[in-house]
Amino acid sequence: MKLAFTLNGALVRVDADPDQRAVDLLRELNALDVKEGCGTGECGACSILVDGVHKLSCLLLAAQLHGRELTTAAGLGSVKNPHPIQKAFAEHGAVQCGFCTPGMTIAASALLAANPDPTRDEVRQGLSGNLCRCTGYVKIVDAVRAAARKGDGGEA
Amino acid sequence: MSPKSRVSAAQRPCPQPSVRADALSKATGAERYALDLAPADCLFAGAFRPGAPSGSSPGIAHGRVRGLDTAAALAEPGVLRVLTAADVPGTNLQGIVHKDQPVLCGEVIRHAGDPVALVLAVSAEALRRGLAALRADIEPLPGVFDPAAALKKGAPLVHAQGHAAPKGGNLLLRAVIEKGDARKALRDAPVVVRGEFSTPAQEHAFLETQCGFAQVLPDGVLDMTVSTQAPFRDRFEIGHALGLDPFRIRVRAPYLGGGFGGKDGATVQCLLALAALKAEGRPVRMAWDREESILAGYKRHAVRLRCELGADSDGTLLAYSCRALYDTGAYAHLGGEVMELGMEHAAGPYRVPHTFVEGRCVYTNNPVAGAFRGFGVAQMSPAFEGLMDALAARLGMDPQALRRKNALRTGDTNSSGVTLTSSAHLAECLDALEAHPLWAGREAWREAAPPFIRRGVGVAAVFNGMGYGRGLPDMAIAKLELTGEGDFLVYSAVADMGQGNAAAFATLAAQELNQQPGAVRLLQPDTERCHPSGSSSAGRTTYTFGNALLKACAAMRDKLLSRAALFLLADDIAALELVPGAVRHKATDRMLPLAVLGRALERDDRVCVAEFLMPVAQDPPDTGRGFVIGFPHLFFAYAAHLARIEVDELTGRVRVCDYVCATDGGRVLDRSCFDQQAQGGAAQGIGFALTEDFSTRQGLILTGDLSTCLMPTALDLPDILSLAVEGDEPTGPRGLKGVGEVGLNGPAPALASALEDATGVRLRDFPLAPERVLAALKQRQGRARRKA
Repeated sequence: MKLAFTLNGALVRVDADPDQRAVDLLRELNALDVKEGCGTGECGACSILVDGVHKLSCLLLAAQLHGRELTTAAGLGSVKNPHPIQKAFAEHGAVQCGFCTPGMTIAASALLAANPDPTRDEVRQGLSGNLCRCTGYVKIVDAVRAAARKGDGGEA
Repeated sequence: MSPKSRVSAAQRPCPQPSVRADALSKATGAERYALDLAPADCLFAGAFRPGAPSGSSPGIAHGRVRGLDTAAALAEPGVLRVLTAADVPGTNLQGIVHKDQPVLCGEVIRHAGDPVALVLAVSAEALRRGLAALRADIEPLPGVFDPAAALKKGAPLVHAQGHAAPKGGNLLLRAVIEKGDARKALRDAPVVVRGEFSTPAQEHAFLETQCGFAQVLPDGVLDMTVSTQAPFRDRFEIGHALGLDPFRIRVRAPYLGGGFGGKDGATVQCLLALAALKAEGRPVRMAWDREESILAGYKRHAVRLRCELGADSDGTLLAYSCRALYDTGAYAHLGGEVMELGMEHAAGPYRVPHTFVEGRCVYTNNPVAGAFRGFGVAQMSPAFEGLMDALAARLGMDPQALRRKNALRTGDTNSSGVTLTSSAHLAECLDALEAHPLWAGREAWREAAPPFIRRGVGVAAVFNGMGYGRGLPDMAIAKLELTGEGDFLVYSAVADMGQGNAAAFATLAAQELNQQPGAVRLLQPDTERCHPSGSSSAGRTTYTFGNALLKACAAMRDKLLSRAALFLLADDIAALELVPGAVRHKATDRMLPLAVLGRALERDDRVCVAEFLMPVAQDPPDTGRGFVIGFPHLFFAYAAHLARIEVDELTGRVRVCDYVCATDGGRVLDRSCFDQQAQGGAAQGIGFALTEDFSTRQGLILTGDLSTCLMPTALDLPDILSLAVEGDEPTGPRGLKGVGEVGLNGPAPALASALEDATGVRLRDFPLAPERVLAALKQRQGRARRKA
């Protein structure tokens, strides 16, 4: 099946099995910032934005990407030009092993787009679908709050 | 390195990094983990584990392999090979200390996750079809799933046959620590408290499952990139199992997506190596999915304890006795070593003149247990702290005063008989908690509990040994290079599973060399380019490698100054100093850029190598019997944890409202990294204590995915507060001690204590799950009614 979608701003045309999982297709397309932690929608590591909405790419099929605009962590920003959320994660010690982090920053950007100034509890609610085994979440909440206070955390 | 040079370096204004060296590349998704580096033309390897429950079988944890039908699998398009035990060239036995775990099982499966075949296929899809088409004929054998039952006469033997069969039946190891005469001291003690405790197995649940890729290169070298905590040791484990020359195996360890002990020892390594040997030079990848990770990965040992604590009537501890039963599952892995470290901590971070600790580590047909942060100690802390609370209640003493009175200090002899020449600031950790408003305001907070909610506050004091202990040299060899471009490259030889040791190495080197943080780059562990430096474990990474690195930095500084002297026409090295990017002549302010020096020197002259060996207890006491390696330890991190909880009377659910850890990890090099360890360790400990409840029935896992193995989400944890109690550990790099493990040991006892404070019920079996809490509450209410 021929698919076309926008991945981090670039138009992608690909011939893919329609029942291939989106996470597999994206990683085949070298979007290696999309991580797989469970494959069953429990951990959130494979989070991406689909037309600005937070989705789990392990639960999407390739066909569901057709015509959509996708953003992965690498689409939020880069080492040279990080997104304010990514910068805040780094500066506030919210990154340890880092395997949950791309998905966590995607969830955070979706949260801030919907709620630009969340309380700590609202941040916790917003990130509750993304598991982190390293941090205990404190510094992740710190980072999201800091990005929110800068007022530009919602851009994706 | 002379002490003087170290002091002078420390007195310079040191540039401080604002963020961890690896943080931004990870935050932006640019960092590459093992699987991300796999070439696109990889073959796919996967293990066939016929004991796992499936549509056609309820699952078998112990069985004889009568047959394996590979024809249908081999007929699947894209399936290249189906390998069995007959294809394994070496001993077919893996294991870190005790080699008893087949790479592929030929005759018997000993737990439900045991593999009997390895499928090699051209794609993930072909691999799935190949694995699904395999059929094994497994004759169920009587299994043993309880470590006490496993020790009974006539119990089914887990290792009944084969050359790895242990002499002791299902007993892997029995060891004893005996100091003084605990039996007599307990008989004579004015006050004695007793209890039985149990803690469950725990799943590591790192976000990145076990994975890697491997290839046999044209020159015959087996080149592997694996998510591993011990790349150097892996070579020997693979070499032994597969009959390969370990020095013809290259292991690279990029950043791990979490480890926590579960990637210490072979996971995918031997299977991957075997697949690569049969792949005709093509690269092969293997990644366990989450269910396979839980099925086949190592767990924290489930442990049962029977303990007694005796004291004088003024609260001075006199004696501790403990009998411990560790369930190591189907294979030894690090079972004996985990138990030994637990035993060394059995009596708590206290002065106890008489101790008797007996440990037995037992084979069962349960999932394999191994290393997990808090390595045997997290199972001990609920018992020693439970009995300290019981003793305080019996004596009518303030529990914190009782702890402080007996807390180990430098110069004391610990319960194993080791005289602590190392730093010990447990009492100060307890002071820090008592000074905290959450403690001071506890009475009013408790009284203000809403309807049907009870509130309680608990404290626990814990500790955790650092390093390998005596008998196994805890050494690291640091290599540092001035590059041709004039910046520095640290050859990090200890894997970074997320704890931040790599970033700490960059910070230490930048400070010691007086360079900007960006001027120090890191090479991740690679057995061909780095020097053997041990595993990423035991809270040792930053301490041991850091010390070696400081020595390499001092040698590098001396070297660069002396080489620069030629250019700057200085006949006195002391007239020169390292400044960011250059060597400076102090009197004249003339500079020689490091970029020039980097070009001027031959590569051999741009490299410094230095090693460090962790000091060990001198004149070790002869208190331990049956210990293989790793006893006793000399260095310990200490911590005191405070928990404020709410218990729902109607559901039994425990909610952690506030949590504070005060940690003595020596001096703090990087406060953010220090807090990360305290908070992360406590978070895993809270999961262990409350919700995770890794469960099996007849050896079959009941919590086989992340929807049943309930690790805490952001909604399940409070803002864990980390306080640093900074003592100085004189032997540590910049005075620090390893702080990665101790945080896990606090939550179980602190939460049990808080639960008792809230409800009057002390639970000694973990986790403190709602069903258990509710049952205890009902029982207590029933008793209260009967009394009324």
